[in-house]
Formats: sequence, structure tokens, C-alpha cells
Amino acid sequence: MTKPEGSYASVGVHTAYDLEQALDFRAQYPEARVLAGGTDLMVEMDLGHIPQSVLNIWPIGELRGIRERPDGLWIGALTTHRELVESLLAEAWAPALIESCRTVGAVQIQNRGTLGGNIANASPAGDTLPVLLALDADVEVASAARGVRSVPMEYLYRGYRAMNIEPDELIIGVRLPEPHSADQTHYRKVGTRLAQAISKVVFGGRVRIVDGVVVESRVAFGSVAATPIRCRGVEEALLGRAVDPQVARLVADDIAPIDDIRSTSGYRGRVAENILRSWLTSLLPAQEEDV
Amino acid sequence: MKIAFQLNGQACEHEVSGMTRLLDLLREECLATGAKEGCGEGECGACTVMIDDRAVCACLVPAIQVAGAEVTTVEGLASTEGLHAIQQAFIDHGAAQCGICTPGFLLMAASMCASSEPVEAGDVREALAGNLCRCTGYQKIVEAVVEVVVNDKA
Repeated sequence: MTKPEGSYASVGVHTAYDLEQALDFRAQYPEARVLAGGTDLMVEMDLGHIPQSVLNIWPIGELRGIRERPDGLWIGALTTHRELVESLLAEAWAPALIESCRTVGAVQIQNRGTLGGNIANASPAGDTLPVLLALDADVEVASAARGVRSVPMEYLYRGYRAMNIEPDELIIGVRLPEPHSADQTHYRKVGTRLAQAISKVVFGGRVRIVDGVVVESRVAFGSVAATPIRCRGVEEALLGRAVDPQVARLVADDIAPIDDIRSTSGYRGRVAENILRSWLTSLLPAQEEDV
Repeated sequence: MKIAFQLNGQACEHEVSGMTRLLDLLREECLATGAKEGCGEGECGACTVMIDDRAVCACLVPAIQVAGAEVTTVEGLASTEGLHAIQQAFIDHGAAQCGICTPGFLLMAASMCASSEPVEAGDVREALAGNLCRCTGYQKIVEAVVEVVVNDKA
């Protein structure tokens, strides 16, 4: 059962011990695959996709941690899903994000997989990605040549597994804006089983309801298009009036699900609509629900 | 690249090439064969070990990443004072059959003992969701883990 020595052992490894060194390596070896916790890369390798070289950023302490800053909550790219699940600070700021971290793989995977890695893997099925979209997260990227810049989550992905990030740039963290007291958020994942399964449909939502009227809305799905996406038509239809669960019907116009190994286009469309309707219904004032 | 780490409380040093997996380093070089290879892709938990008291799949960890860390395998659970409480509980509850998954379950449970996070009985199945067993039907394993991780810790 041992892996063929040649392939794994032959990979060139550049290990960075601080951010400056990582960015220098990134500029010098832009083709090297970035290695964080390894939970995606090692599976790819098991399937026979062996990179020529990797940039191991795991030892970089300054990319770990969860901190309140004047501009929001900063989560270091190497913060693991489990560290987020255990963080009272993250729970207070972004309970839906914590819910999503709890559904990544199983505990063994959560202990190793990182938030930055989930973003950089750029899977349309990434569990945390619709929530990050719904929360208007910014992704911080850095390069040796141009310093740090922020990429809004909604502009991060430009196609299937493709990001608007330059080859010399590295994802260093995520910034979440301060939550509004009138915001309600929701996370939902539908997969074959609760643990380990990759999602068939994954959802992150946020609405701000003031005096019974929706004044801001975010509806984001994963596994229903080439990238995690926001559903603009649904978002706009929700605005300016009381929550209307019937708006869920419009979701089909915003998504482009496909048939693949995990599910079918038709099932995904139906489930996306049902998830959305069930969440919107849960937001209705209790007395209206009773009627 | 030469890496130094603690394995089951003993300092050790090994030469590691490229992306060699921790699982292969443990089994082939350290002769700690308690960690088993099942799926090789982080689904089954048979290769679960602890790194700094956290449970991980050794098949998904590049060996270079344990430099400076403390690694625990099933060989390190018992001490001169006797078995680890979770090992005794597995015996008492008859929680092992063929044994292939057992080291992984023991390390997962041991990491729950080591954690300061409170564990309730309802959390145990969720915590064990990354370990597969084809023999027991899980009930006896869950009972053994609840006894040690929930009842004894409380």
C-alpha cells in the first residue's frame, strides 16, 4: 500500500518560515503549488496529480489567528476550520461561517484544512465559500512586488477553479465586515451524509430586515455553477418589501447546475429552491406563519 | 530534508524526501505500524494519529510538516502505569473486532480526552464521523468513548 517512493519523494519543496520569505518564493517559483494543511493537495496527489514543486507555508505563524481590527474581523489564511469552530470570537461575529467550517470533512480534516486553503482550492463546492460571499468578505492577498491588496469575495473567482489572483500573490487572510444588528444569516449544506461528503448544494444567505422590510440581501450558492455564485435576481427581488418565500422560485434563473458524479442538474435546482424557500419561510414573523 | 520531532514522547530525527506522507514515515521508518492505511484520501480515519494533541489523517500530512511537533500513535497511548483509559474502555465494551480501524478510533478518542473543549454524549458520533468501522456497527465504540470522554471527564 505504500505510495511509489519516486513520485511523492521527488516533489521539490520550498518551505517558508515567515511571510516575507513566502512572498519571495512565490515571486521566484510562481509554478510551485502552495501547500497549507495539505487536505486537498494530498488527495490530488493520491489521485496521481503530482506537482513538480510545492511552497510549504504551514510554518508561518503570522498567517494564523482570529483578531478584531478597526475594519472588521481578520482571519489568518492558515487558521484551521477547527480553530474557527472553537473560537468564541468567530462564533460571535459569523455564526454561519462557523456552521460551514463544522461541515468540512470530519474533525481530522478540520484540524488540518485551512480557511485560506478552502478559498484557494477554488472548488465550486467549497463549504465556506457561499457564506463568505453572503457576509461580503474581502480576501487579502499579498505579493513581494506590490504589497497587500483586498479582493472582494464576489470578484475572486473568474471561472471554474480560476481566481483573479496573480501568480506571485498569496492569500494571507480574510476580512469580515462588522455584522449589523438587523442581519440574519443562514448556512445549509446538502450532501450524501453529514460528515465527509462533498456538497450537492451548499448555501449561504444574509438579509437585513428593518421595520419589516428587507433592505439588504445576499443569496449565495455553491455546487450549482462553475464557481460559488451570488444570485442577483433573487437578491433584487427580495429588496424593498417584506420577506416573500415565493421569491425562491426565481433561483433557477440565477444558477447553472450540471449533472456530475455527485448529483444531477434537476435535483440541484430543486434543492436550491427548497433550501431558499425554507430559509425565507423561517424568517416570516410568527403570527403570519400561523395564518 | 532532515526533520526532528517527538514521537510518542521520544525525540527522533529522520531524513524526509519531498512530499513523503507522514503515514509512510511512521510505518516504514519509525516502524510505528499502528497507523493503518485504508483509503489514502482522508475518508476512513484508519491512519488517525495526533499531532500536538489534535487528531489528523496521517495519509494527508506531508512528513515535513511535523518538524518540531509532537506526534502520538497508538504505540504511545499506554504508559508504564498501564493502558490509556480509552484502551481499557474498548476492552470493557468489546469495541474492537477485526482491529484495523481500532488505532484510529483510539487516537480520535484520545484527542477528545486531551482537548479542553467540553464533550457531550450527543457530540461523540459527530466527532467519530471521520472514522469508519465495518465490523461493530459503532454502538460499542460510541459507548466506550462516551464512558471515557463524557462521563470520566465530567
